[in-house]
Amino acid sequence: MRLIAENLTVERGGRTILSGLSFLAGAGEAVVLVGPNGAGKTTLLRTIAGFIRPVSGSIRLEGGQTDTTVAEQAHFIGHANAIKAHLTVRENVRFWATYLGGPREAEARVDLALQHFAISGLGEFPAAYLSAGQKRRAGLARLLVAVRPLWLLDEPTVSLDAASTKVLGAAVNAHLEGGGLVIAASHLPLGFARSREFDVAAARGIVPA
Amino acid sequence: MSDLMNLIGRDLRLAVREGGALGTALGFFLVVVAMLPLGLGPDLNLLSRIAAGILWIALLLAALLSLPRVFESDHEDGSLEVLATGGLPLELVAAGKSLAHWISTGIPLALLAPVLGILLNLDLAAYPALIATMLAGTPAVSFLGAIGAALTLKTRRGGLLLALLVLPLYIPTLIFGISAMSAATMSPGAFGPSFAILAAISLASVVVGPIAAAAALRIQLQ
Repeated sequence: MRLIAENLTVERGGRTILSGLSFLAGAGEAVVLVGPNGAGKTTLLRTIAGFIRPVSGSIRLEGGQTDTTVAEQAHFIGHANAIKAHLTVRENVRFWATYLGGPREAEARVDLALQHFAISGLGEFPAAYLSAGQKRRAGLARLLVAVRPLWLLDEPTVSLDAASTKVLGAAVNAHLEGGGLVIAASHLPLGFARSREFDVAAARGIVPA
Repeated sequence: MSDLMNLIGRDLRLAVREGGALGTALGFFLVVVAMLPLGLGPDLNLLSRIAAGILWIALLLAALLSLPRVFESDHEDGSLEVLATGGLPLELVAAGKSLAHWISTGIPLALLAPVLGILLNLDLAAYPALIATMLAGTPAVSFLGAIGAALTLKTRRGGLLLALLVLPLYIPTLIFGISAMSAATMSPGAFGPSFAILAAISLASVVVGPIAAAAALRIQLQ
């Protein structure tokens, strides 16, 4: 399975952010987007996730399901955690488990994800009382509750401590070993096996002003 | 289909847990209706003549207060983005959230209306018609309101803009709601046609609202 982005041109607010950008990510490979602030890392991730429609160019998942969009085969972890303060941690994760992965054996997947991110003990707590790092982990638990080949991670380690960063790294590495794809944007070392850096600033085809 | 039920279930659970939205809407409805007789004076004939209109307008304003919440919290906490990557089309997401809004706000407002009718000396014969028209008319309030809620999602303090966008869309519902009500008390034979049109407006908005709201949400997600 490969993710192929060809000749992407993306405009935001009348400004061209990416121009003629092409890149390729293979199965079992983590592509880490690097570049200074404003280079277009988040824009690229949001374009792959289908939120931003590119002016030209195409994104496709070769060897993926043909009847669904790339977005429906991807997990998107953005700056916000998609965690409801008024639901318990378990209710939050269970909702995403059934919504993204169907109702079958959802409970088992939820248990596994909570265990992996070491928040099983917090399952019955309302998410409002969690710390920022715990909320982030509850958000990341979404990665494990539904099987999707493509993971799009935008600054996934924000507010995570060193131990939790390792836990995330372990989840990503297991996903890569299973032939999954990961595209992450980060300024910090993520500790992923088989990762390759992709400099968005150099590849976006725009001469810096 | 199970995704849709799941989403509606989550929104209803959140509506119960958060509580504030419904409380504010019901409280506003009560206060507006309770204040009008004080302003108009104790003329019972006048009050019972204008009761239907007051109840309908107050209901629309109360529902308007709760509309921003349809998409706001999902947008703020990033849930909307994840909902968009799910298998459920954004149109159905918008439909599910509008339906949850109707169940959690529209129905309670419609059920409170007869209680408030007592304050306005509403004709006893009009009570069944009042409940029927409000239950049939409020889906339009939620589903058309969702369009405005989606359009004003990123507007800071967009409440006033929301009112400007959405209230004109409520005019047909208001006209046929009132005409069905007055037909019920004055010429019972004419109730049917007005009520049928009121229900038709609601059905049309159940179709049109989510499509327009989803288009607006796609722009907001950019």
